[in-house]
Amino acid sequence: MIETKNLIKTFRNGDVETHVLRGIDFQVKEGEWSAIMGRSGAGKSTFLYQMSLLDEPTSGDVVVDGRSTREMSDTEEVLLRLHKFGYVFQDYALLPDLTALENVALPSLMQNLDRRSAYAKATDALTKVGLGHRLNNLPSRLSGGEQQRVAIARAVAHSPKVLFADEPTANLDNDSSEAIMKIFTELHREGQTIIMVTHEEQYAKLAEKITTMDDGKIVSTVKNR
Amino acid sequence: MFSNLGLNIRIGFFLALRQIRRASLWTTSLIVFVMVLTFLNLVVVSGILVGLIQGAVNQARSEFTSDVIISTLDDKKYIENSPNILALIKSLPEIEAMSARYSEGVILEANYKTRKETDKPNTAGAQIFGINPENEDAVTRLSSSVSEGSYLAPGDYDQVIVGQFLLSQYVPVDDPNLAALDNVEVGTKIRITVGGVTREVRVKGIIKSKVDALTRNVFMVDSQFRSMIGRNDGNIDQVAVLLKNGADPIFVKEKLKRSGVTQFAQVQTFEDAQPQFLKDIIDTFNMLGFAFGSIGLVVASITIFIVIFINALTRRKYIGIMKGIGIDGGAIRLSYVFQSIFYALLGSVIGLAFVYGFLVPFVGEHPIDFPFSDGILVAPIDETLFRVGLLVFSTIIAGYIPAWMIIRRNTLDSILGRN
Repeated sequence: MIETKNLIKTFRNGDVETHVLRGIDFQVKEGEWSAIMGRSGAGKSTFLYQMSLLDEPTSGDVVVDGRSTREMSDTEEVLLRLHKFGYVFQDYALLPDLTALENVALPSLMQNLDRRSAYAKATDALTKVGLGHRLNNLPSRLSGGEQQRVAIARAVAHSPKVLFADEPTANLDNDSSEAIMKIFTELHREGQTIIMVTHEEQYAKLAEKITTMDDGKIVSTVKNR
Repeated sequence: MFSNLGLNIRIGFFLALRQIRRASLWTTSLIVFVMVLTFLNLVVVSGILVGLIQGAVNQARSEFTSDVIISTLDDKKYIENSPNILALIKSLPEIEAMSARYSEGVILEANYKTRKETDKPNTAGAQIFGINPENEDAVTRLSSSVSEGSYLAPGDYDQVIVGQFLLSQYVPVDDPNLAALDNVEVGTKIRITVGGVTREVRVKGIIKSKVDALTRNVFMVDSQFRSMIGRNDGNIDQVAVLLKNGADPIFVKEKLKRSGVTQFAQVQTFEDAQPQFLKDIIDTFNMLGFAFGSIGLVVASITIFIVIFINALTRRKYIGIMKGIGIDGGAIRLSYVFQSIFYALLGSVIGLAFVYGFLVPFVGEHPIDFPFSDGILVAPIDETLFRVGLLVFSTIIAGYIPAWMIIRRNTLDSILGRN
């Protein structure tokens, strides 16, 4: 489904080079829930950004559904992100001028779905995460946990192949974090492929596979179930 | 490609509408206010400059030349075959009224009875017009320009009305080149000399106006004038023709030309009769107005640039998120272009309403009192719409560039707020 081959990311600041990813080979199968763990600075978020095509690796390749993204144009990458990927960020990353419904409907609208269908999909997704009653609220009127649930709804409303989540519970209290993980569990049960970066072990344990990184390399991969 | 453009327009509009709807009312009002001022700067400054001259042109039309003026050929002393020409003009259905005028050079002299041999004569040169007071009033409403004394009556004998600038007390500057009579007021007797014939007349009224042809000349009843110059053949020097409402002066001019009038006289519309320098000043003022307006346009463009730049910069993270989740950069850029168009259009619409709903009628009713004209506001709708187009175009560019600058940055850097 998604695979990285010898993925390397190096940041340059003048003459100083920082090697953040040092050749990562990684694979996630369709329907799999994979958690990536590691201490701060291990390179897990950077790895997620390269794999999800939000950033360009220094070298190596990301293969999605058997197709290398190395030779893809910017437009192709944008379309891939739009149609096949969904994103959940640590700080929710909702657009402040759009209501919950509009935030969730936006990717579907960009997929050229008519407004009625896009809004219907968005309503379904929001109802599924328990926010069917807050459709027309702006993000500023929602709690952190609610905003993250809107972000999840936005990430999955257009039925992406892979859901990327970068520390989705880092900014939330325990109750909200539990609620978010319940949603992830449910999504996974329905067959959603999930790649999640987290530093919280109890949530990583919910995944089928736990990959641990350190110093830009994978140090272990454990099958959980 | 076009379907993608259509989609981008749709999404761009969707985003722009929501950003505008949820933006701070004060910020939006301030930007729109700047746009209104820019619009006014573009339209009103040149409109007043041109209107200053146009006011003079309009006054010359209504108070002296009227819509069409027929005058003596350059190489003739008067209009030959005048009775037939007058009959022809009268027969045209477009004619509302006309005034036939006699005209000669005149020397005016005052205080001649008290002047000593050694004193310099108190004289002034001018043009004198012999008119039928009723016909003239029907065409130019000359009586309304008589501010002191009274207007001529058809039976007036040896009486004249005199333009204010022939009397020294009304001349604003002491110019040795502009001779004016001293100590003359309504009721004063003066001597007029036309073609070697001198007659003593009484000043019946004083004309005050901003039209030179009235303020620097003298008028008397045509029958008296004829007897003075001894012209009894019915030939005249000038005809001012007032047309019915809606009649086109150019059409009437052409009609008269086709009837052979130009064989005996010069036929001009009020516009043709303007001195060339006035037309040049209108063009120059138009250019000046445009230059001032262009500065305003640059200021407005910079304002929009800054507004959109700051807006895009503060929303850089969200722009990054949108790009990240697959929103096309073109759609995001278009959302900023639509916002710029909104500001420019709203500013222009308010400006248009203000100009045509208030300023133009108000200045029309209460002209600006310039020394040489009653200035009006000239704002032809086609030119105004062109300026609206210019304003919208500049703001589109001014909105697009900063949006493009921010949106082209690396998606992840934008999301994470990295430089």
